Amino acid sequence: MSQTGGDWDLYEVFIRSKNGMSHKHVGSVHAADDAMALQNARDLYTRRSEGVSIWVIASKNITASDPGDSAALFEPAADKVYRHPTFYTIPDNVKNL
Amino acid sequence: MYTTDLRTAEEKAKARESEPRKPAVDAASDGAFQARIDDDQFIEPKDDMPEAYRKTLTRQISQHAHSEIVGMLPEGNWVKRAPSLRRKLILLAKIQDEAGHGLYLYSAGETLGTSRGEMVDALHSGRAKYSTIFNYPTTTWADIGAVGWLVDGAAIVNQIPLCRTSYGPYARAMVRVCKEESFHQRQGFEIMAALANGTREQKRMAQDALNRWWWPSIMMFGPTDADSSNSEQSMAWKIKRFSNDELRQRFIDQTVPQAEAIGLKVPDPDLKWNEERGSYDFGPLNWDEFWAVVKGDGVANRDRLEARQNAYSEGAWVREAAEAYAEKQSNSAVAAE
Ligand SMILES: [Fe+2]
Ligand SMILES: [Fe+2]
Repeated sequence: MSQTGGDWDLYEVFIRSKNGMSHKHVGSVHAADDAMALQNARDLYTRRSEGVSIWVIASKNITASDPGDSAALFEPAADKVYRHPTFYTIPDNVKNL
Repeated sequence: MYTTDLRTAEEKAKARESEPRKPAVDAASDGAFQARIDDDQFIEPKDDMPEAYRKTLTRQISQHAHSEIVGMLPEGNWVKRAPSLRRKLILLAKIQDEAGHGLYLYSAGETLGTSRGEMVDALHSGRAKYSTIFNYPTTTWADIGAVGWLVDGAAIVNQIPLCRTSYGPYARAMVRVCKEESFHQRQGFEIMAALANGTREQKRMAQDALNRWWWPSIMMFGPTDADSSNSEQSMAWKIKRFSNDELRQRFIDQTVPQAEAIGLKVPDPDLKWNEERGSYDFGPLNWDEFWAVVKGDGVANRDRLEARQNAYSEGAWVREAAEAYAEKQSNSAVAAE
């Protein structure tokens, strides 16, 4: 049965505001199944033409990084400045590079 | 306000007793946490946070959500009796928005670890509070105008600063709410303006609604600063950004000229423009009435809770049917594999 603590499964909702944009997380809904989650998301998050496409996914199926691991995950990128174009010295008279 | 701490002194004392004894400041972690807030960083769901921050926010956000949900009831009272199809459509859309606000807020509240089911249970069992304003009845059509103009107007003044509150999901929910709120206030003001420009009887009806809703609306901002002891911590955490008195004054200063513009009179004999302060001075508020309504002596307290409980229990068959359908679908999906 799909009940969690007296309530249905929690789904995270992602909306594409218009074509050309990515889907963006907007919040969550509860639903008994996937189809109902989509309907609830439509009613709740697109009352004013906020979207042209909706994704819903049961929250329990999302794997998220732990803020406690942030240093291990994200700090190594900080000392790799050579990944950015501004790291390189190019003579002033060289163009289009 | 939707977010004011509405617990009575006894309830606060009881909560304090049940809390595990711990030093006032849990030095290292609370210090680092406060530093993040002072640096205007947003706190996100899985971040470390002091237990008291989580608790206070959960109470504030769920009370805010309950207020949006219960707030639909006084307006629902007039859907079938709206004076025109135009007004009926508008009122329905507004009420639907309020349901949405409640759900955005429950969604934000859940990220703190309390399920929506638990929050709703707390409301239905009478353990949770909601804004006192919704325990006043809407006795005439003009009340729908007054509610939109004054109650939603007061909510806007309270909610705009919360778009910058320190807890990310709450701040994002508030941004959505604030975008939708302004139509609520304008449709209410339009109702009042139409009545105020109508027949003598209609104008009298508008004035009567203003007379009854004015004081409860300005009391919505909660007790005066001198009497709201918990605000200091909430200010430091940036889950409250201005004091009750500041917000109340801001609302009064905005609203008095709006009443004058449509020829209505704010029912306060002490109301006077104070040149020096650049604000209106106003008369004393009846805090005995405020606390009586908080404690359940409002005209409509019982009706509101009963309406919520009935809505929930009468919807049980819909939930059961949806669950049975979901189960059947997933069984046949498994069978097809
Ligand atoms: Fe609202
Ligand atoms: Fe509203």
